[in-house]
Amino acid sequence: MTVNTPIYMDYQSTTPMDPRVLEAMLPYFTNLFGHPSSRNHSFGWAAEQAVDAAREQVAELIGASAKEVIFTSGGTEAINLAIKGVADMYAEKGRHMVVAVTDSRPVQDVVKHLVRERGFEVTELKVDKEGRVSADDVRAALRPDTVLVSVMMANNEIGTVQDMAAIGKVAKEAGVIFFTDATEAVGKVPVDVQAMGIDLLALTGHKIYGPKGVGALYVRRKNPRVRLSAQIDGGGHERGMRSGTLNVPGVAGLGKAAELCRTEMAAESVRIAALRDRLEAGILAALDEVSVNGSRSHRLPHNLNISFAYVEGESMLMGLKEVALASGSACTTATLEPSYVIRALGVSEELAHSSLRFSIGRFTTAEEVEFVIGRVVETITRLREMSPLYEMAKEGIDLSQVHWSAH
Amino acid sequence: MAYSDKVLDHYNNPRNMGSFGKEEDGVGTGIVGAPECGDVMKLQVKINDDGIIEDAKFKTFGCGSAIASSSLATEWLKGRTVDQALAIKNTDIVEELNLPPVKIHCSVLAEDAIKAAVNDFLNRSGKPTQAVGDGSAS
Ligand SMILES: Cc1ncc(COP(=O)(O)O)c(C=O)c1O
Repeated sequence: MTVNTPIYMDYQSTTPMDPRVLEAMLPYFTNLFGHPSSRNHSFGWAAEQAVDAAREQVAELIGASAKEVIFTSGGTEAINLAIKGVADMYAEKGRHMVVAVTDSRPVQDVVKHLVRERGFEVTELKVDKEGRVSADDVRAALRPDTVLVSVMMANNEIGTVQDMAAIGKVAKEAGVIFFTDATEAVGKVPVDVQAMGIDLLALTGHKIYGPKGVGALYVRRKNPRVRLSAQIDGGGHERGMRSGTLNVPGVAGLGKAAELCRTEMAAESVRIAALRDRLEAGILAALDEVSVNGSRSHRLPHNLNISFAYVEGESMLMGLKEVALASGSACTTATLEPSYVIRALGVSEELAHSSLRFSIGRFTTAEEVEFVIGRVVETITRLREMSPLYEMAKEGIDLSQVHWSAH
Repeated sequence: MAYSDKVLDHYNNPRNMGSFGKEEDGVGTGIVGAPECGDVMKLQVKINDDGIIEDAKFKTFGCGSAIASSSLATEWLKGRTVDQALAIKNTDIVEELNLPPVKIHCSVLAEDAIKAAVNDFLNRSGKPTQAVGDGSAS
């Protein structure tokens, strides 16, 4: 069994580009360099054709129509446009939003900005221990002045997939716009904006084997027609919602990536889920006191988030240097706080520090999975021998009763 | 996070990793930090009748820098007197391991662990404690 290291198991951070995507992009860097808004020559027409085709491809992946797709510079911009665009456009209705506590960092930051600068109020939706939001909680949180409900479709850390149709139904009944950051879900699990009652949906190229720096916002045109205030003014591109000459090669790549996900998702998700299940089973069979964070039944096929009790995340990453992974440990974040997502599940801070996220994907092999199982077991075993907490636990000491010195 | 060669060396080849029995003669144990903060160090010294630290051991839950700080501390402790041990400063550890600013707390924890271990020894042997550290888990 041979594997090349380092092994990439951080697909939820970003995916490698599919070579077929690169191939679809290349002509638009060279011969077909035209401006998609140039209406009076063939250079412009070729570019416009590429953009139109990509709009179709993206729309088809999420059950939308092409006119409802606005291209952006990525997920973050799509999220900003959606939330701030609604805040501006529906200002007369109110200044209240309902947001899931585990929603993505960009969503949290945009909402914080509206609270700080614009006097918005936010009701935070709690999640259960699997990370799921309940539609009843959404209903209870709605107010006459609520302008937006935001629930991320699938979580980037724990992979929990929400019951979008149930939440969408509640929002629809109340006449409140339903936004979702679906950057982690699109291309991995079936998405249908109609069946799910979604009004605004953000996605990005670099999580679906497409290029970085390009994304899209779905904006519903019927039942209801959602209006947004543009956040970038200029030439009035993208139906006035997002000015700026489109990144044509990027858009073509996003379209191709969307098409590949749509046509290959059924088979790919089965293959990847089987690898993930093997990874999970291999680790759980060899080590005691490990726990899976999130939901086992409502989870992205390529996600595995595990807490290894008594071992700290950064030290695990250090030991697993041939594997590219993420950790919920504070030491690996800029904020020095352990993952707010894992904390929201009711998992202790200690176990949040001890979490690793494995995210696999299109190019992960069975050999890589076996190699990683072996290295994880070795590393955790070694670090537990070094851990005073593991020693105390094995001596039968209840760690929660120990009086720790703070620092 | 890029680690200094010395941190990597201690992480990969920890010195004096392990435990003494807490009740053994001449042993002092310090446990500092807290699991919810992401680091706990246990440092132990074994002190002979001449007041010299004969041996030292550690176990650490924490990042690579925390492991390296405690591993280095055990190396430095061996052969020192109690007073010399208490003179070890966290800044010495920072300098030796080239710790970046975000990891300075690891060195502080190691200094606290040394003080806690030595004071535990002094307590247990009925001697007055000196220069109180951050305290051990009690
Ligand atoms: C959940 C989530 N939302 C939004 C983004 C931002 O997308 P982009 O990097 O395209 O701005 C990311 C990842 O980077 C993400 O994981």
